[in-house]
Amino acid sequence: MANLKDHMGRPIVAVTGIGVVTSLGVGKTDNWAALTSGKSGIHPITRFPVDLLNTRISGMVDFLPSSSKGASLLTYELAETAAQEAVAESGLDSGDFAGPLFLASPPVELDWHERFSLYNSDSEDAGAERLLRVARGLKELDIFETTQFGSIADRLADRFGTRGLPITLSTACASGATAIQLGVEAIRRGECDRALSIGADGSATAEALIRFSLLSALSTHNDLPEKASKPFSKDRDGFVLAEGSGALVLESLEAALARGATILGIMRGCGEKADDFHRTRSKPDGSPAIAAVRAALADAGLGEDEIDYVNAHGTSTPENDKMEHLSLSTVFGERIGSMPISSNKSMIGHTLSAAGAVEAAFSLMTMRESVIPPTINYDNPDPAIVLDVVPNQKRNAEVGTVLSNSFGFGGQNTCLVMAREPV
Amino acid sequence: MSSPHDVVITGIGLVSSQGEGPDAHWQKLTQPGLEPVLDASRFAPYTVHPLPAIDWNLQIAKRGDQRQMETWQRLGTYAAGLALDDAGIKGNDELCTTMDMVVAAGGGERDEAVDAAILAASESRNDRDVLLNEKLTTELRPTLFLAQLSNLLAGNISIVHKVTGSSRTFMGEEGAGVAAVETAAARIRSGQSTHILVGGAFQTEHSDMLLGYELAGYLHRGAWKPVWQRQGGEGGGVVTGSGGAFLVLEQREHAVKRGRKIYAELGPIVSGRARRRRGELDAEIASLLKQAALPNGELLAISGASGAHAATAAEKSALDANPAIAARAFSTLTGHMKEAQFPFAVALAALAVERKAAYPVFDAANEKPFSGIPRTVLATAIGYHQFEGMALVSAAD
Repeated sequence: MANLKDHMGRPIVAVTGIGVVTSLGVGKTDNWAALTSGKSGIHPITRFPVDLLNTRISGMVDFLPSSSKGASLLTYELAETAAQEAVAESGLDSGDFAGPLFLASPPVELDWHERFSLYNSDSEDAGAERLLRVARGLKELDIFETTQFGSIADRLADRFGTRGLPITLSTACASGATAIQLGVEAIRRGECDRALSIGADGSATAEALIRFSLLSALSTHNDLPEKASKPFSKDRDGFVLAEGSGALVLESLEAALARGATILGIMRGCGEKADDFHRTRSKPDGSPAIAAVRAALADAGLGEDEIDYVNAHGTSTPENDKMEHLSLSTVFGERIGSMPISSNKSMIGHTLSAAGAVEAAFSLMTMRESVIPPTINYDNPDPAIVLDVVPNQKRNAEVGTVLSNSFGFGGQNTCLVMAREPV
Repeated sequence: MSSPHDVVITGIGLVSSQGEGPDAHWQKLTQPGLEPVLDASRFAPYTVHPLPAIDWNLQIAKRGDQRQMETWQRLGTYAAGLALDDAGIKGNDELCTTMDMVVAAGGGERDEAVDAAILAASESRNDRDVLLNEKLTTELRPTLFLAQLSNLLAGNISIVHKVTGSSRTFMGEEGAGVAAVETAAARIRSGQSTHILVGGAFQTEHSDMLLGYELAGYLHRGAWKPVWQRQGGEGGGVVTGSGGAFLVLEQREHAVKRGRKIYAELGPIVSGRARRRRGELDAEIASLLKQAALPNGELLAISGASGAHAATAAEKSALDANPAIAARAFSTLTGHMKEAQFPFAVALAALAVERKAAYPVFDAANEKPFSGIPRTVLATAIGYHQFEGMALVSAAD
């Protein structure tokens, strides 16, 4: 019989359902097929005009009914679609999930199209005064709800029958990993037997793109979109803004086995450490990222030599990839040169609030399928970053444990350790 | 019975229109007949409770850091600093680098001038998407994005106060504040953390922050009235206020070992999500009161009621149904502070427990006197639109 408690006496947390949506498609099957054949989902932007924009490519999800309906509705649909796949796979009741919900999603604002339409429905006064007057005359709540930070989770809670007050969170680009961590912790504390953790981001609006662009964070390799995201390459020039969602059904191993569920993987450990150096840059010595990786390993009860593969944050920005290399080589020492480390973002771009959850889903599939997705566009290696990035072609390999990194603006560093089998 | 893993409150940082710090708030709020500080003209027809004068340098030493933030982030970072100071943690590297943090956040302030210019131009342009690109690429200040990002309040607290154990930001109006306090307490109780900074801030003096309520008509218009007296008034009943509340929560053993003053013990904390369109709010509030396991006898309740008509009426009728409860709706004196509302309620409850006295009535027509020593105080936050939470705060000994 499997051990049901981990090295610290806490309930072991299993994954019994996985769902994912990216620019490569809806669902695990399509995504995995594309990912393992090195296909890129990055394409020219068609959702809005790109006049005057320096970056005209993205990994937007353009094929859902809500794709043109604004960040809030698209984020909901992305979350709902991934969660439906995950809950269905787990075999639990998708209308009565009966566990808590943790949602990583982008901060929401009144969409510009709504702003324009409200403003131009009247002609008295100007600016905010007019908007406020029009607003208080609205007869329905649809627009209001797109501006409430808790509304997407509220709708998901209705849809899936989750229990209690749903938590919506943001830790920037680490959000998806934090949503999983919160679910793991709730199960370990014995508050619940199962949790639904979702990361979803459908916020690639013109304004979001411009904001990142003004910070010089985005790639401007517009001519060959599928070549723009090139983590760990010498000529990497920024990340590619993208959308997507990942959802995991987490369960105590005990509860999952008791109901005869298929165990898709184990959440072994979570680690985090905040950086106090700068709003967008990491501490030059990499100490917070190093501490986050070490905290995740310690939480998992694994040594540095027990990680088989690293699912990198690998954003393709000059700064991130350099710092990630520094922190990984500090933790793993000489072994780092021979450990496979690949970046899903080379194909799907940076799905921001969803990234940690999407990449956890792909990490679990990597172990189950014994196939490591490649880092594509690795044509011009950065000589300062000596890593086995699984260049350009997938690799067949037995992978028993994965470290997945998420590092974000505001000094957010969260790492997850997953395993194929319970100990 | 006290236990080493109890959650205790060892630091309080407060800012509202009434002033800053726990002492100033205690002194003000215990003055019978205290008047609210109001600004009825700047955002007319809406009244707001404005920020007091603040010397940001006192908690954010570097001008460069201040410039990187808009008022909301500055306010939260400032209130967090007050709480850390109060707990004797500020400047203590060892305690700060191991301290966890959960911040309840909304969004930051947009550039109102840029938005207004775009809206004005939209009246004569049909290519509005191109207009957006034109204006946003040229007129947005690049670093404004960071000053708006929800998780950058926590990011700034890490940078300014060096709190770096962990950093999580919860979003979603009052519910975010409830979940932040609830999760922080659960982590301490289970031994996952020894000391956590938790709280939030709200800066209402910005048209978008008012718009966030008014898209559903939630704001009160016309002459100001106390929270409980807005039913049937013009508008939706909410009067907002700028402010912030941060708490230092600590494992009892950890606090005792370093010899800190303990304000109060925190717990239980209960929360819920009534499906209000199905009429579940009354039952949910009743259920939370039951789960909170209220003590026998007279009970002081620090209510976070917003004034929003339906939610406030439901809360009032639930509290009135228990004759032992003497409620104090502090938003009468501070305005509604959204994500900061629940941490603020818990802080005021802890102060009353520690000072061994109740607040006088804030609204003589609707609140009843409380004459005893409050050993246990209830704190509530029934969201103006969604999500509900409550906590009991008790004497630490």
